[in-house]
Amino acid sequence: MSMPASMPAVRFRGVSRFFGDVRAVDDLSFEIADGEFFSLLGPSGSGKTTCLRLIAGFEQPDRGGIEIHGVDVAGVPPYERDVNTVFQDYALFPHMRVGENVEYGLMIRKVPAAERRKRSEEMLALVKLEGMRDRKPAQLSGGQRQRVALARALINRPRVLLLDEPLGALDLKLREQMQIELKALQQRVGITFIYVTHDQGEALAMSDRLAVFNHGRIEQVGAPAAIYEHPATSFVAGFVGVSNVFTGDAARKLTDAPGAFAIRPEKLRLLSENMPAPEGWVSRSGAIASSVYLGAATRYVVALDAGVDITVMQQNADDRNRGPGPGVRVTVAWQARHQQPLTDSSVDRR
Amino acid sequence: MIGASLRAPRPGLFHRLSSALYLHPRLLLLLLLTPPLLWLGVIYLGSLLSLLLQSFFYIDEFSGVVVREFSLATYRQLFTLSNFDIIRRTAGMAAAVTLAAAALAFPLAYYMVRYASTRTKALLYLAVMLPLWSSYLVRVYSWKLILAKEGIVTWLAQQLHLGWLLEGVLALPVIGGPSLSTSYLGTFLVFLYIWLPFMILPIVAALERVPRSLIEASADLGADHRATFRKVLWPLALPGVVAGSIFTFSLTLGDYIIPQIIGTSEPFLGQAVYRHQGTAGNVPMAAALTVVPIVIMVAYLAVARRLGAFDAL
Repeated sequence: MSMPASMPAVRFRGVSRFFGDVRAVDDLSFEIADGEFFSLLGPSGSGKTTCLRLIAGFEQPDRGGIEIHGVDVAGVPPYERDVNTVFQDYALFPHMRVGENVEYGLMIRKVPAAERRKRSEEMLALVKLEGMRDRKPAQLSGGQRQRVALARALINRPRVLLLDEPLGALDLKLREQMQIELKALQQRVGITFIYVTHDQGEALAMSDRLAVFNHGRIEQVGAPAAIYEHPATSFVAGFVGVSNVFTGDAARKLTDAPGAFAIRPEKLRLLSENMPAPEGWVSRSGAIASSVYLGAATRYVVALDAGVDITVMQQNADDRNRGPGPGVRVTVAWQARHQQPLTDSSVDRR
Repeated sequence: MIGASLRAPRPGLFHRLSSALYLHPRLLLLLLLTPPLLWLGVIYLGSLLSLLLQSFFYIDEFSGVVVREFSLATYRQLFTLSNFDIIRRTAGMAAAVTLAAAALAFPLAYYMVRYASTRTKALLYLAVMLPLWSSYLVRVYSWKLILAKEGIVTWLAQQLHLGWLLEGVLALPVIGGPSLSTSYLGTFLVFLYIWLPFMILPIVAALERVPRSLIEASADLGADHRATFRKVLWPLALPGVVAGSIFTFSLTLGDYIIPQIIGTSEPFLGQAVYRHQGTAGNVPMAAALTVVPIVIMVAYLAVARRLGAFDAL
């Protein structure tokens, strides 16, 4: 390979995109490495889809610049960019058969029919849709349409594949299956996947790295475990997984120290009131306020005597133990290292 | 007590009837469909059928009385050279009006669907439909004044020192004439004006059904604007264009007022029907002439279908 391995697939340099008064994307700078499965995670309206559209070329930045494999793409229209997109609604051409949809990019590039046919057969096999080439999109299920959209994008051998919430319209079981298939596919074809989602579980399960978006800015970039275990801001702590977030007064009541922190419910242990906490653990007493049985685990809300509520998740490892009911006095214990100090969210700072 | 009063059925014939209809949806459907089916079946198709039958009668040349016997005599008369001229003239005009209407309507419809704000779109809808609210005759006569030799078009051309251009256009064979209001070009312009809304609205409806993501997907897959138009936008808009062309084509085929007021003295189909029906009293011939546009439309739809106009429906 002639290019240095460190060349990022996509680089944002101070990119902003405004819609009227709304800063959809606000002064973003980040890099996505070549061959990476990178997720843009955030609530709706956080700017993640706009970022994807900026890379695809459907939007142009108002400020800053974007490089794709080291080339500044300012003013380059979508049809001249070496990226392809899997759209949220799949955007299959309703008047074309599956085969024609998949071959569309090759047909536009005037690839001979025989080669088109050969490559589309390969692609349909890759997404397990052999024998479907003569169907119309309307005759396919949601999962099958999703695969056609994937095949139609991948057949062009893009260096970067953009996916805009491609699993959003599928039911839960199919979504979980497609998550595994997509990840396996990405490792097989070895190209950069940039994946937009609002589903934190999906982002954690599939990504090499992810960026957490909020109000047009990135709150944190990192590997899934790093984001989950060490959320940098209260927004990330609350959006990725469930957290007990303590700021200001609440933090002071619990720790006698000012700084805000978060602690995951599964890191907390519920003990009988008179049972001593393990050596070196922090413990606080309180009473069960509510308990919800969730199958694999039970979620308790404990009203601590310090005056704050804390959520505790306990694995239901033992079927004989029904767990304490509301009003029962308990001790909540945790290791101090699981307290994750937070800085304010970048939005709050503004 | 409260439960009992809630469960007690409300009395009355109306209530029982509505319950019966709710429980028997087919009965409701039958009730709803009977009036329109009667209307379509008896008044609409029935009169068309009787027209068809009339065309197989013939007129006795000496007495001028319609002979109610089956005969192809009227159709033999239909295929004379002068009638063929009328048919060719009318179909040619209808085709020209349809093509021009499609060419004008498509960009406007595309703008309305893809770019216009809700407000602009409402204004454009209004602008398209507003002319339909005023009298057709008034509008046609206004055009006669506009296109007349002493009219505003001639005046404007002279003010802009383009009188030579207008004269050049009027000097063209076939479409030209002494003035715009007495030429085929004038007839064409007025037809185009009158029927344009009937082309715009179906195309807007068709384009509304093409999501933006399809256009973006095409660009994403390497197609420039031209290719996207040819491969995606046009095939998906075609049902709308065909629907619009059915309006513009058949309305032009059947109209007898516009060519009467504006254009040459050469008759169009509608005028010929009118003359045979009225002054000549030759109802069989009028009926046979009316069958012509029906046959043309059927042939047109068959061709459109073979070209795939309805594939995207």
